[in-house]
Amino acid sequence: MPKPEILDPQGKAVTGSLQRLGYQGLTVRQGKRFEITVDGELTDERIAQIQDAAEKLLANTVIESFDVRVEES
Amino acid sequence: MSRIGVVTFPGSLDDHDALRAVRLSGAEPVSLWHASDSLGGVDAVILPGGFSYGDYLRCGAIARFAPIMDEVVRAANAGMPVLGICNGFQVLCESHLLPGAMIRNESRRFVCRQQRLRVETTDTVWTCDFTVGQQITLVLKNGEGNYQASPETLRKLEANNQVVFRYLDNPNGSRNDIAGITNERGNVVGLMPHPEHSVEALTSQTRDGLTFFTSVQHFLSLTV
Repeated sequence: MPKPEILDPQGKAVTGSLQRLGYQGLTVRQGKRFEITVDGELTDERIAQIQDAAEKLLANTVIESFDVRVEES
Repeated sequence: MSRIGVVTFPGSLDDHDALRAVRLSGAEPVSLWHASDSLGGVDAVILPGGFSYGDYLRCGAIARFAPIMDEVVRAANAGMPVLGICNGFQVLCESHLLPGAMIRNESRRFVCRQQRLRVETTDTVWTCDFTVGQQITLVLKNGEGNYQASPETLRKLEANNQVVFRYLDNPNGSRNDIAGITNERGNVVGLMPHPEHSVEALTSQTRDGLTFFTSVQHFLSLTV
């Protein structure tokens, strides 16, 4: 997600569009979601690796924050 | 004669304009390929504008991990002049050679115009032939040129005289009207406007961009 203090032009555009459609009182901020499938078992080590990959490539922590969530498929 | 390399990534657009600008300024242009692990013995490197890897993920985020970037980062840290123009500036930020990041323009529009700038420091290898306070005009064309950094980073940039150019009429919402910055050493410069287009009447109102390429040759002639 873009950090709270960072302007989110896409979210602002979507917010404006929702208002024009009559959905009042909704403020949108737009981020990204990456679905990562892991080969084999999901160990703590694997989660740490994904955390590292997110920090290095998937997110730019200057302007974005991220969290890693586990979902069973 | 100085040899100045220009890196072509998949999706680079302005690599040939940069090579041409190097030639017009009297240096020898050298094409460099993103998948190579050699800088071919060049004296300086330019990361050109365009849409490397289609701007997928974030502008410059994937190009940053191209094989040649390991060499660019190593050379930059050893003092080699490196210039990042537009997408090249984004690649430099993603590589952590320069602080901050670019987000979408505040207007949500792609901006394409002749942009007036003020030169804020001549204490870099790419701007040493300008004068402080000089007003110049360069071509500007981008959709994500809105420079952002934490308040602490901005304070440091300002205190260390690392803001190189400021917009005279901010076109994209950049913090502190920042159009270009340098690292502490002054050998790495990134900016959103395009000096390589502003080198002759065919493509620009001014030839102000030429001074980037003559500055670096001036610097290199003094160090050899």
